[in-house]
Amino acid sequence: MAMTSTDPLDGTAVKADFPLLARQVHGKPIVYLDSAATSQKPSVVLEAMDRYYETINANVHRGVYAIAEEATNALEATRGKVRRFVNARSDAEIVFTKNATESLNLVVQSWGRANLAEGDVVVLSHMEHHANIVPWHILREQIGIELRWIPLDGHGRLDLTDLDRLLDGAKALGVTAMSNVLGTFTPVRRLTDAAHAAGAVAVIDACQSVPHAATDVQEMGADLLAFSAHKMCGPTGIGVLYGREELLDAMPPFLGGGEMIRDVTVDGFTPNDLPWKFEAGTPPIAEAIGLGAAVDYLGSLGMDKVRAHERALTEYALTSLGERFGDDLRIHGPQNAEERGGVMSFAFRDLHPHDISQVLDQHAVCVRAGHHCAKPLMKILGVGATARASFYVYNDTSDVDALGDALDAAGEFFAF
Amino acid sequence: MPGLEDLYREIILDHYRNPRNRGELEVPPAHRVEGFNPLCGDEIVLYLDVDDSGTVRDIRISGQGCSISQSSASMMTSAVKGRTIDEIRDLTKAFKAMMSIHESSLEGGEGAEGTNGDAATGEIDGVPDVKLGDLEALRGVVKFPVRIKCATLAWNTLAQGLEDAAAEKA
Repeated sequence: MAMTSTDPLDGTAVKADFPLLARQVHGKPIVYLDSAATSQKPSVVLEAMDRYYETINANVHRGVYAIAEEATNALEATRGKVRRFVNARSDAEIVFTKNATESLNLVVQSWGRANLAEGDVVVLSHMEHHANIVPWHILREQIGIELRWIPLDGHGRLDLTDLDRLLDGAKALGVTAMSNVLGTFTPVRRLTDAAHAAGAVAVIDACQSVPHAATDVQEMGADLLAFSAHKMCGPTGIGVLYGREELLDAMPPFLGGGEMIRDVTVDGFTPNDLPWKFEAGTPPIAEAIGLGAAVDYLGSLGMDKVRAHERALTEYALTSLGERFGDDLRIHGPQNAEERGGVMSFAFRDLHPHDISQVLDQHAVCVRAGHHCAKPLMKILGVGATARASFYVYNDTSDVDALGDALDAAGEFFAF
Repeated sequence: MPGLEDLYREIILDHYRNPRNRGELEVPPAHRVEGFNPLCGDEIVLYLDVDDSGTVRDIRISGQGCSISQSSASMMTSAVKGRTIDEIRDLTKAFKAMMSIHESSLEGGEGAEGTNGDAATGEIDGVPDVKLGDLEALRGVVKFPVRIKCATLAWNTLAQGLEDAAAEKA
């Protein structure tokens, strides 16, 4: 079966850039369909990190000697790359964190504690990942903020009927740009406009969207935005918090220590300028360089092509698997490839996700089973867990076909 | 390399498709206890009727989850009905030892690799000589460590329920 949309990327060719994808599992070529959990890494990223350690490894921002300067330049050059990648206005608006979860915790504990008081309202959605829920719950327990929730519409989209009423009097809106369970792209600009009209700050969880589509924080209207390197071909251990400079400037430090200070005495301290105010301790330098290489790699593919590739592959999956399995396969979320990315949670007959993924593993097909750190969403879907397949630049139609074959095997194994 | 047949013995699939002792009991005199696996959504609701002599007079389960968690729960109820609390404690120890979980190691966590086990009698060093019967079918779970929590869910829930029952009678 051919793809109906044009696919500008050759997933098979891209696969060759990723060393892990050459390996076998249980004697079969690996079919990796869990990029929503973490992405595989291209050689250029791995080589960049090795090269850093082999040639210029030194602590940053403090040394006068040559390699210390080179390491600092490499780190700050990455900051510039990330700034351009998301269209921030200055490097001061790009903070390196450990990951998106830490970025969101930073927002809640720094911006949140400085700006919110008991009874203040924060609006989230039922679609959120725990990283954009639990930090707010922690704040609720600390200072007594009130949480309101944007519901879903039964088709995997946010139900915006009551949006203005929910935002009335709210101080912040926390929402995902793309669901890690349903794949749904939320209407971010509409949400941030509504938040701003209500006088609320817009905090965007962009973990799934940044790797899979071109990101423009100006266009999105994001005040604060979080994402992780490891879902976008970069290493684990580094993430980003984007924040509008005026906001970040007014926020108190999150973690304290070296690097984030200008001066320290026995009586107190003065914080450093942006963005280093929020980067305490030695940063994950090698990882930052890896992130820079990942940004370069994705740039070389072209984010518009990355999106188009996934749209085509998702369409292929929805069509071919739909035809193959009919009602036996229920894919959650919007049923078209326009409104969603290549993240597909599904139910297959009455098999439990654990059992599905166990059989799939025997066929070297890697999917995830569980609640995907979205328990409130699971409850709304009426399930304890789902199986989830997700695509990225290195997947192609043969991967989708392999998923189908493995599902057939699962069905046979558990047939009675 | 462990295959699916190691994990999904016929008897497991039988208990999954035809679970024994499903339903509820009236509370009181029975005890109701819930257990769930936060990692994946496996859920057990257990009803235990323990008489004054410490024997499990009746037991029912409901809940939803994967084939391993549900079949283990079903097999557990069959193994436990009519037994005393002391017998059940020994049985639980033996089962967990089969899952490579020793009480001396981390609470409820996966314990040291390998046990000195005799598959035929279920006898394991430091653990009472107890016949595991049908439960032997779950031995293969050890080869799939991620699924151990599925297999032990019902047993941990049972232990909680027995504790509740004992506390009440104290």
